[in-house]
This record gives sequence, structure tokens and C-alpha cells, in this order.
Amino acid sequence: MIRNSASEMASKLASGEITSVALTQAHLDQISAVDKDVHAFLHVDTEGALAQAAAVDAKRKSGEKLSPLAGVPLALKDVMTQKGIPTTCGSKILEGWRPPYDSTVVVNLKKNDIVILGKTNMDEFAMGSSTENSAYGPTHNPWDLTRIPGGSGGGSAAALAAFEAPLAIGTDTGGSIRQPAAVTGTVGVKPTYGGVSRYGLVAFSSSLDQAGPCARTVLDAALLHEAIAGHDPKDSTSINAPVPAVVAAAKAGNVKGMKIGVVKELNGDGYQKGVRARFEESLELLAAAGAEIVEVSAPNFEYALAAYYLIAPSECSSNLARFDAMRYGLRVGDNDGASAESVMNLTREVGFGREVKRRIILGTYALSSGYYDAYYGSAQKVRTLITQDFNKAFEKADVLVSPTCPTTAFKIGEKANDPLAMYLNDIATIPVNMAGIGGMSLPSGVAEEDGLPVGFQIMSPVMKDDRMYSVGAALEAALLSKWGAPLLSTIPALAGSK
Amino acid sequence: MTSLSRDDVAKLAGLARIEMSDEELVALSNEFTVILDAVARVQEVASADVPATSHPLPLRNVFRPDVVIPSLSPADALSGAPAQEEQRFRVPQILGEE
Repeated sequence: MIRNSASEMASKLASGEITSVALTQAHLDQISAVDKDVHAFLHVDTEGALAQAAAVDAKRKSGEKLSPLAGVPLALKDVMTQKGIPTTCGSKILEGWRPPYDSTVVVNLKKNDIVILGKTNMDEFAMGSSTENSAYGPTHNPWDLTRIPGGSGGGSAAALAAFEAPLAIGTDTGGSIRQPAAVTGTVGVKPTYGGVSRYGLVAFSSSLDQAGPCARTVLDAALLHEAIAGHDPKDSTSINAPVPAVVAAAKAGNVKGMKIGVVKELNGDGYQKGVRARFEESLELLAAAGAEIVEVSAPNFEYALAAYYLIAPSECSSNLARFDAMRYGLRVGDNDGASAESVMNLTREVGFGREVKRRIILGTYALSSGYYDAYYGSAQKVRTLITQDFNKAFEKADVLVSPTCPTTAFKIGEKANDPLAMYLNDIATIPVNMAGIGGMSLPSGVAEEDGLPVGFQIMSPVMKDDRMYSVGAALEAALLSKWGAPLLSTIPALAGSK
Repeated sequence: MTSLSRDDVAKLAGLARIEMSDEELVALSNEFTVILDAVARVQEVASADVPATSHPLPLRNVFRPDVVIPSLSPADALSGAPAQEEQRFRVPQILGEE
């Protein structure tokens, strides 16, 4: 039952073949069985999930009309507030904090009767590409427990690959939904910036952060996308326009006559051989499905990583100033006579991990007077150039594509002491956030040399998210008929797995 | 090559309100030499004629009618407070004794 897609589970719930309580319990059992090895979850809300499931079952029994995903369980990234449920962002500074309000994403999930199983592990405040920066220990990739599950949303992606949840919520500032999806053989979508409300998403870099759906199939991601997206008056950067018809696009999966642009700069040197092979194969399948493949160039993408590591730290140095030990979270050194400033200094020393401190200091420097123009100001100009590159490319193509990441999952600890090597993971995902457009990663097979999953990235213009779902669904269908079964059916079994 | 000395990092840490050990300051100062070199590449293409982008959307002020809606109760608002007193956040002293 837990190996079905979310839409298959939804059909079984609708027909009465299974109940949400049984389905939720089956996932809780799987979490009990495998999460000691995977460590995808920071908090499991057994009681709350079962109560929510029972309520959906009762509604269904009474004949109430329910939403398409009603009763299906989901794992929530620990960066989203959920009233009364611990929300740590993978940081010691928020240990034990229970938010007094629901994020808009959670409000929408509850409105759709999607059952929230618990909160998933992440790099502290979403800063990282491996989930090794969590203050609560790393998450392990279910394909190979010695490897990273990507980051920052490694917990959400690992929960999907370990069949602990069929759906998950992620957030993507520079690739934190797509890169974990790529290295775990799952699907992850970063919607257009402003497509999903940021209210209750603990801010890292406000002009880049975007919540989105994580799932095992393109259609499941689309169903979740429509459940959480839409205008929200509580987020002034939320787009006041209809949600793109992503479910219809995923159901049709039609690429006939579509122009697919291969970004010349996001391939080649630095990309693993098996990653390139899977990418080429996917292009052939899309061409066979009726798409026209064209090459596009985005010469300024090579500056995206540098610009990102100025913009994101700058915004984070400002956003994380709110963790001041005064109103919530950790407070250290509050002895008689201690000043507020010394309490802040001590609390932030103990409460923040290494990478968070590194970025706050970098951002403080980039924004400081005398250096502002050279660093933050220049990075903002690069942002303009990247957006212009995208605009030009979208004149030639309906969507753009690339490998999601240059390599498959690396070993835990392998890059922990080399921040620059770690940052390179996001080289192909960052341009999307800089321009605020949509991006999706879906599995394109495994690399021959190591047997690990490879992601295929699709990028679509602002509020044309439906296009990436059309292409994603077409490629998924072509790959499925080639393989005969979904990629995740070949994942090695975890000890104790149901 | 740009570099930040241990004292430069100490000053930034002070501005960012983060206490740091000497060991941490030295380590960060070494890392920043490498990181700043990498990020300084943005200057290669950021010529004067390129406008800056601070945000992906053309943002305008967003207004709404001024309607009273329920807000957090005092108990909820204080639920995460490290210390509280008389329905207020209790904080360490902000001004000196004198």
C-alpha cells in the first residue's frame, strides 16, 4: 500500500478500498521501521496524523465532497510553521519552539484534508546541499545510507524514497527541492516565485525562497501543487493570478510541437559521465515523443553561483537577525545583570551552526558600507543579466532543460569541510531562483558507473508552470515504458522495510 | 585577492551579534579568502550600464481594507517566550546601570 503513488492511494480512498486511518498507520509503521536508519523525520506527530485521518474518514463516510488528495499522508519540511508542532528549521536556536500559528501552506494542506505525518530534517535554516548541516544529525540517502540525500530538503526527499510518505513539502532557495529530488530518484518542483505563499515559511533569503511539492510521480506533484498554490493576502509577494493548470498538463503529458531548449552552459565539463548519458537519453525520448530539441545559450549563468553566494547570505544576515533570544527560541547567558546584547551574542554563538554563521558573516560583509557596491550591488546586476539570458532563451524555446546536478549523491562527510565544493552542487539549479521562474527535477535513471539516481531539470517561464509538467509527464511516461516499472521499484530494500 | 583578517571577522561577528572563539575567527578568516575570491567574479560583468535586480517580481505596495480580524491571544503570543512577566516578554537589561 505504501509503495503506491499518491494518486493511486487517493483512488483507493475514494472507492472505499482503504481508509485514511489504515493508510496513515501503514506509513507510521514504515517510519518506525526504517527511520532509525534514514533519519528523514525530526518529529513524528502520530496522534495528530491519526486524528486528522479519522476526521477525513468520517467526512467521507458522511458523503461530503472531498479534495483529490483527501486522506493521503504527507511529510512537512521543518521550515514551515504548523501550530503547536515543533518547528526547528534544523537549528538548535529553535529547539522546542512550537509556533502559535499555521503557515498558509499548512492551512491549505488542512483545507485539502491532506494528513500531516510530521516534520522532516533539513540543513539548518535551509543552508546546504546535503542535510549534513542539520543540528540534529544528517539524513541518509535511502539508495545508499552512506550517501547524502541532497539538501536542504534531504529529509522530505528521503521520506519519499523510503516510502515513509507519498508526498512532501519542500522549499527551494537555490535548489533545495530539486537537488534532493535528483539524488533520491524522486520528483521535486519549485513553482514560479510568488506561486505559493511564503507566509509561515521561516525566511532564509526572501527574494529567492519558494515552497513547492515533492512526490514520486509528476502527477502527484501536480495535485499537491494545486492544493498549496494560489494568492495569499498574507504574503505581499504572492502573485494575484490563477494557478497554472498543472494537473491538466500532467495528465495530458503532451509535448508534440513543443520547443525544448538545451542550455549549453549547464552541461559538459564538471558533469559526471553517467549524468550526461542519462540527460542525452532523455532528450532522445522527448524528441521521439514529438518535441523539437534546440540549443540555447545563457552566457551569464557562469556568474550565477557567485551572485547567489552574495545575495542569499546578504538577505539571510538580515532575516536571521530575528533570532535574538528575546521573544522565542533559545536564550543563553541570561544571568543577573547580563545585558541584552551579551545574551544575544552568546545565544547566537550556541544556537547557530557553522554554515549559518559563515553565511551571516559573509552577508554582513557584503552589505557593509564601502563594500556594498562591489559585492551585493554587483550581484544584483548579475541577477539582471541572468534574467535577460532566460528571456532570450525563452524566445527560442517553450521550456529549458539541463541535468539537475553535476553529480550523483556523494558520501556523507566528503565535502563537509570544503564550502566551495559543496556550493557547486547547485550550479544548475540556482539560475532558476535568481530569475524567479519555475523548475522541476524528475528521475531520468541511474548513472551507469555508480547505480545512483540522476535528475533531469525542466525550467519554465514565470507562471507557465504547466509547461514543465507537460514535459515532465511526457518524459516520465517514456521512461516508464522503457523501464517497465518506476525507478524507485529498483531501490535496495531498507532493513525492516514493509 | 581580497582577504579578511581575524580582526575584520571579529568586527563583523560583533555587528552580527555572534560571539566567536579565537579558533573560529581564524578559521573563518582563512575560508573567506577563498570564498571572497570566488564571489568577486560578479564584478567581471557588473558594468555601470546594467540595472540592478533586487527581486524577481515587479513589486508594488500591497494595500488591503483596514478590517479588524482575530489576532494571536496574549497567551499564544507569549507561548514561546524564554521568560515572561505580567503578560509581557521579560528581557535582559537593554540600558546600562548608570
